[in-house]
Parts: sequence; structure tokens; C-alpha cells
Amino acid sequence: MARFSTKTNPRYFHKSQLKFYFLLVPISVFMVLPIIFIFSQAFKPLDELFLYPPRFLASRPTFSNFFELFSLSRSSNIPVSRYFMNSILTAFLTVVLTILISVFAGYVLSKKRFRTKNLLFTINNLALMFVPIAVIIPRYFIVQSLGLIDTFAINVLSLLVMPVGVFLVKQFIDQIPDSLLEAAFVDGANDLQIISRIVLPLLKPAVSTVGILAFQIAWNSAEASVYYVNNENLRTFAFYVSNLTQAAGNTIAGQGIAAAAGLIVFIPNLVLFIIMQSRVMNTMANSGLK
Amino acid sequence: MIRGQRKYGHWILLSPYLILFTIFIVLPVIVSVYFSFTHFNAIEAPSWIGIQNYITLLTRDEIFMQKVLPNTIRYALIVGVGGYLFSFALAWLVAQLTLVPRTIFALIIYSPSLTAGVTMAVVWRVLFNGDQQGYLNALLLRLGLIDKAVQWLQSPQHLMNIMIMVSLWSSMGIGFLAMLAGILNVDESLYEAAYIDGIRTRLQEVIYITIPAMKPQMLFGAVMSIVNTFTSAGIGVALSGSNPTPQYAGQLIVNHVEDYGFYRYEMGYAAALSVVLLLIIWFFSRVAWRLFGER
Repeated sequence: MARFSTKTNPRYFHKSQLKFYFLLVPISVFMVLPIIFIFSQAFKPLDELFLYPPRFLASRPTFSNFFELFSLSRSSNIPVSRYFMNSILTAFLTVVLTILISVFAGYVLSKKRFRTKNLLFTINNLALMFVPIAVIIPRYFIVQSLGLIDTFAINVLSLLVMPVGVFLVKQFIDQIPDSLLEAAFVDGANDLQIISRIVLPLLKPAVSTVGILAFQIAWNSAEASVYYVNNENLRTFAFYVSNLTQAAGNTIAGQGIAAAAGLIVFIPNLVLFIIMQSRVMNTMANSGLK
Repeated sequence: MIRGQRKYGHWILLSPYLILFTIFIVLPVIVSVYFSFTHFNAIEAPSWIGIQNYITLLTRDEIFMQKVLPNTIRYALIVGVGGYLFSFALAWLVAQLTLVPRTIFALIIYSPSLTAGVTMAVVWRVLFNGDQQGYLNALLLRLGLIDKAVQWLQSPQHLMNIMIMVSLWSSMGIGFLAMLAGILNVDESLYEAAYIDGIRTRLQEVIYITIPAMKPQMLFGAVMSIVNTFTSAGIGVALSGSNPTPQYAGQLIVNHVEDYGFYRYEMGYAAALSVVLLLIIWFFSRVAWRLFGER
């Protein structure tokens, strides 16, 4: 009797897998074309941008669009590097603080026993589907009444709550056996020591994943700059880029600059993900919602 | 479980998250609900008007009923539900390959979700530019498929389709990764047992083994898909460059909220719209929990 088994997750190539390539290759081409297009636009010299009919690929790539971008300054004479530094600082603080907050909360929700724990976790699960943009108006008034309008802090603060981060960390800590932590507890370690010496080292995949997600949100987000910050000095690069459309993006020369800016937003996300992808996949294996 | 060493130690660790969670999620929702029962123009204090805003919404806001609501539902069904099925299908296809090609394809499929929606509008607007310099127009003109340049982003009949295409393109995010991880982690002995019990085709394998075995990831993917759909809903305004979008063709509830809140200063009415949006999101996630949740 022939034994059948699944062909999912195969170890070796077999020609029966070719049919999947036939499906996946065209889809991947569709997915990757716009990304190639940003690269190509960003590296096109001015005369190629003006070419008619327009050509998809740059034939003589140059960095001039990037130099142009960084020598641009907006009406208020603020250099692009200012927005850029704001974004770097925002992203850095958001990543560090989100990780800390999520690990603390995830640890408590996973390993502590107290009455409202399950309720809190259920509420957090409900908040996984929270869409901040839906309540942007009350959010504005709350931020205003806290005196956070036009502060740098709001760039970071408005991004720190990440229910999905707490959820992923909690699911991951659930895998750590209680006995390990009990042993440390018996040896006299307090919560902070347990977290830093035992939980964090075991938690690397989840921490990397939360870090990457926090970075993506912080680096790509223009929300705070659009709604809570009117002072150009405090706005972020993502905001600057999305406003390029109105300023530079409408002229043909501006298209190259806009693409260069878009590329700068995109690249760090991609590089970080490539570096961390195996850790992310490891975390995702525990991402199940029950 | 660790018994509380200091009795309230866990509250201290939990407090940063709880405080921020309250300020940025719980309070806005509560305030939204409160505002939705008031008349509020951001200058005078809100005055209570009961359910008047909801009555207006149901009976007098023709734009909402004729354009915004149907647009939102259409967008949510195609981008949310369609995108979800699509990302499961892609995750399954990718899982049929060996490690190296699988990683490469997964990266290519995932990477569009790394592009920020609004930022990418810079690029999309060039591709879909309305004059003959636009890349799509130039291509179609050369192929002879159209005889004059099409105003892709300014014409009501195209805007919605482009929005849907762009959102689908960028929707293979962590939900896709979670489902891929789920498919790869299904216990192989389950498949073996199922083949002995007489399933024959790959489709049966997917329906009877793969999906039931990875329900939690299916649910996580669904929730992420819902969030992604409604978060990216501002795309119409970003693409067309105006709120309202041309003839309200790409107007979704999120844009309608902004239109009333930030341009017309009818905060009470905008809040009522927000509440409706939250209810729609909640409805979609109820369906997801029903399908895949453990009861």
C-alpha cells in the first residue's frame, strides 16, 4: 500500500513543485514591480525623468536626486535633515520604550496570578483590532488637554501602545516553563532581575519582532506630525515625504526627489526585516489567537 | 505561576502600559461615544442632543448613505476579506516550496507591506499620472489600448479600483507571516493519519487538516487583515490629493470623519461616524472570532 504524506514544507526539490513556481512567479513580479519602480525613479537623472515616452528603468543611475532632496528646504527654511533626525530619534525611542513596556506587560499577563488578569488580556485582544485613525478627533482633544500639542514627546507617546506587541510577547513568555522562574524566585531574584536575566534572553525572537513592528510604525507614521504638531521643527520625515507630493511631486523634476525620499523610508524597514526574518517567523509561530 | 512576592509588584510593571492604553485607546473610544450624542463645534462646549446625530446620519446624510457606506463596505469586503483569502492562498503556495525559494518569495510578497501607505502615494501618483507623462498612460497609449490619456486618479470610475489594487498589493503583512508560520507548523502526523483515513486531494488536505490545525493563526491573520484594511483606508485621499475625493468615489468612513471633524468642525457628527466605523470593525472581527475562535 502506497503511503501518502503531505508535500507541505518539503525538504527537497521535486518537479511536482514547478506548478507552484508557475503561480508564484507572476504574482511576485506584480508585487515587486512598484518597488523596482521606486528604485529606478530615485536613481534617474533629470533628463531621463523628462523623457517621453517615459522609460521604466533608469539607464544612467545617479545619486543626484538624493543630494537634491537633502539640499531642499521647505518654505519655513527648515532643512530636510531636521525632519530626518526627528524621525531617527522618534523611531529609536519608540522602539526601546515599546519593547520595555510590552515586555513588562507581557510578563505580568503571562506569569503573574491576579484576579483581573484574564479580563485585561481579553481587553487587549479586543484592542488588537483597534484602528487609531477611527478616533482621531477625541484623541486630538485628549492630547490637547494633556498639553502635549506641539511637543516632541507626542511623536513617541502616540505610538507606544501596541496591543499586538503585548500579545506577541505574552504568547512567547507562555512558552517559558514556570519552574525556571520559580527557581530564580526561590534564589531571591525580584521581578526586574527575572525579566532581565531569564526572560529577556529567551525572548529574543519576540523582542526583535516587537522592535521591528514598532520601528515600522514609528518610521512610517506621519500621524503625530499631521494632527498634533504644527511646529515644523518637530515634524518627522514620513510627514515631509507625504507632503512632497503637494510641493515637489507634481513637477517632473520633483518626481525623482519624491521617489528618493520614498526609498529612504522603505529601505530601513526592508533591511531590518531581512536581518530579523527568522526571529520574526519564530515569533509568528506562537501568534495564534484563541 | 509565581506567587506575588510583593503584593502589588505586578501593577507597577503593568502600569506604563495600562496608563498609555487608557489614554490612547480607552478614553478616545469613550469620548467618541460621548461626543456622538452632542453638538460640538470645537469652540463652544459640547451640548447634549441625544441621538440627533444618528438620526441625521440615517436620514439626512445622503452622501454617507449613497457613497461613503457602500464604498466602505465594498472596500472592506474586497481588501479585507479578499485580501485575507489571498494572503492565505499565497502563504500556502509559498509553504509548498523548499526553504530557500520559500524565503525569497515570502520576502517579495511581504515587502510591499513595509512601504508606508501614504508615503507610497508619491510613487503611485507618478505611475497613474493623468497626462501622457504618466507611466501607465504612456504604456497603454503605446500599446494602442487607449487613444487619449486617462485621468486615473481623478475619475470616479477608476479611483476606487486603483485604491483596492494598491491596498491589496500592500496587504500581505504580519497576518501573512503568521499564517505562513501556522501552515509550516502543522504536525505532520496529522497529514499522515488523514491520508490513511482516505483523503485524496490537496484541497481536502487544506480544508480538513491545515485550516483546522492552524485556527489560532487564521484568527490572528483575520484580525490583522481587518486592522490593516481600515488603517489603510485613507489611501483614496492620498492618491487623489483631495478630501472629498472626486465625486466621493473613493470616500470611505475614515475620510468622511476627517471631512466633518477637521474641515467642517462638526465634531459631534464626526464622532457619531467614528462610532459607526468602530461598530463595523467590531462586526467584522466578531465574524472572524465566530469562524476561527475557540468557544
